Amino acid sequence: MSGPLLEESHELAVIGAGPAGMAAALAAAELGIDTVVLDEQATPGGQIYRSVSETPLPDRAILGGAYWRGAALVEAFRAGAARYVPQATVWHLSREGEIGVSVGGSVRMLRAQRVILATGALERPFPIQGWTLPGVMTAGAAQILLKSAGMVGSGSVVLAGTGPLLWLLAAQYLRAGGTFAAILETTPRSNLAPSLRLLPSFLRSSYFWEGLDLVAEVRRRAKLIHSVIALRADGGDRLADVTYRTRGGLEVTLRADTLLLHQGVVPNVNLAIAVGCRHVWHEPQLCFVPALDTWGQSSVGKVAIAGDGAGIAGAIAAEQRGRLAALDAAHRLGRIDAATRDRMAAPHADALRQVQRGRRFLDRLFQPAKRFRLPRGETLVCRCEEVTARQIRDAAALERIGPNQLKAFLRCGMGPCQGRLCGLTVTEMLADAHGLSPDEVGYYRLRPPVKPITVGELASLPKTVSDIAAVERS
Amino acid sequence: MFRRLPEAAVGAVTIAVDGASVAARAGDTVAAALLASGIWAFRTSGVSGTARGPYCMMGVCFDCLVAIDGIGSRQACLVPVREGMRIETQRGRRAVGP
Repeated sequence: MSGPLLEESHELAVIGAGPAGMAAALAAAELGIDTVVLDEQATPGGQIYRSVSETPLPDRAILGGAYWRGAALVEAFRAGAARYVPQATVWHLSREGEIGVSVGGSVRMLRAQRVILATGALERPFPIQGWTLPGVMTAGAAQILLKSAGMVGSGSVVLAGTGPLLWLLAAQYLRAGGTFAAILETTPRSNLAPSLRLLPSFLRSSYFWEGLDLVAEVRRRAKLIHSVIALRADGGDRLADVTYRTRGGLEVTLRADTLLLHQGVVPNVNLAIAVGCRHVWHEPQLCFVPALDTWGQSSVGKVAIAGDGAGIAGAIAAEQRGRLAALDAAHRLGRIDAATRDRMAAPHADALRQVQRGRRFLDRLFQPAKRFRLPRGETLVCRCEEVTARQIRDAAALERIGPNQLKAFLRCGMGPCQGRLCGLTVTEMLADAHGLSPDEVGYYRLRPPVKPITVGELASLPKTVSDIAAVERS
Repeated sequence: MFRRLPEAAVGAVTIAVDGASVAARAGDTVAAALLASGIWAFRTSGVSGTARGPYCMMGVCFDCLVAIDGIGSRQACLVPVREGMRIETQRGRRAVGP
């Protein structure tokens, strides 16, 4: 796509077209702000509302009300005034608001006076033996195949892990006609007592009844195995068996065609860390979250963060946080004064508080077990560079090293995924090995390009006469 | 294995995967079309040469890399199918030269 994106500058750039990005773009454009939305997917909605305008599953009962809620938002977003660029991969963002984006194999640099990052969440790494075998996927991946392509696993499908999404996917799968050989629940029984004291506030959340219904529906229709404390996948060129053990039980092996793994979602922080936004460890959610004010303003002047990328709170909260960030952007751009911003923000701030009620209960109840976050032995931690848990523990035993030295020692985190599938595991393993907090250990240093681009794409950048003169020999 | 639900029947798009014709549905990503046709291993890994296939389906894991219309290491889960698209599964890392 050469030409249309050339040397563009905008008042506001929103990165990501999930609920936070769409709501932010709508609110900003309504205030007359010149807004561009860059999103990596082909259609808007993010992962939560993936394909909501074109899903091949018209029966609304299958994917449920929480999914279809997104249809109106996507429709409004498409009709809105913000300039929407799909299939646009953002690989660079500077503190000055310069954005490197790759669209259709060519690269452009854009400028924005303000940036709202709405990059959402990704599934927490679930490093078990055999998790790189073809046939082992995340539950989120299966949900994407269901929403966008109307596909379900056939043959023997095993679902394993913990977290609200695990139950949602299970229910959607069963309603669509899918089946499970077993659902292996890894939620530690010891989570129950500490979560109960957080229950009262969750009782007033709309998620409470929805959640109870989901769990009841799945329990009726699938074989559930509780208190799973060991899990591995075996096979040659693809998955053949899943082996598990429950507390006090014997090892059981199931033949399996597909294993779907899930242990919660965490903020997708790569772009925010690369631009220099300060992040802190969030112990209840066991992940790094950006340090933000109530508007989503980060430690980097031009950059705000909204949605699950600001800390996991779900799609409805993401929408509200997107609106709050957009109102603050309008204020900072000089469109509205602080009093107007505050007045317009009040209902969204209220709605946000309401929807966040009880989140701590979910966080605590579904906190993934240490044994599935801190792998041992030959289990791969870094899938790209194939670095095992043993190698990391051995390196950590030699001296007190951080994640960045680990890159130099083992190439850990240096593959194409850039630490997305190993970063949290490495931080937690090093914290464990050295008796430090995850904040003290820190995260990988991330630099642009935050997604791989080819030299050819870089070379496609438009060049001025002086650019060429600067490198040409006369 | 993955199967298409009856309401999501195969559409009119045909792509070539390692030279063989594969029917896909308009709106499929390359990764979805390959999985629906029974292809699990999209590539072999750059380090040990073991088989890999889609893991996340949302553009973060980079395990679904394939060559699309002659360009290697593209994320199959991010690219929608187009009539006549040529897909090649990959072996190991990319090499410079023949």
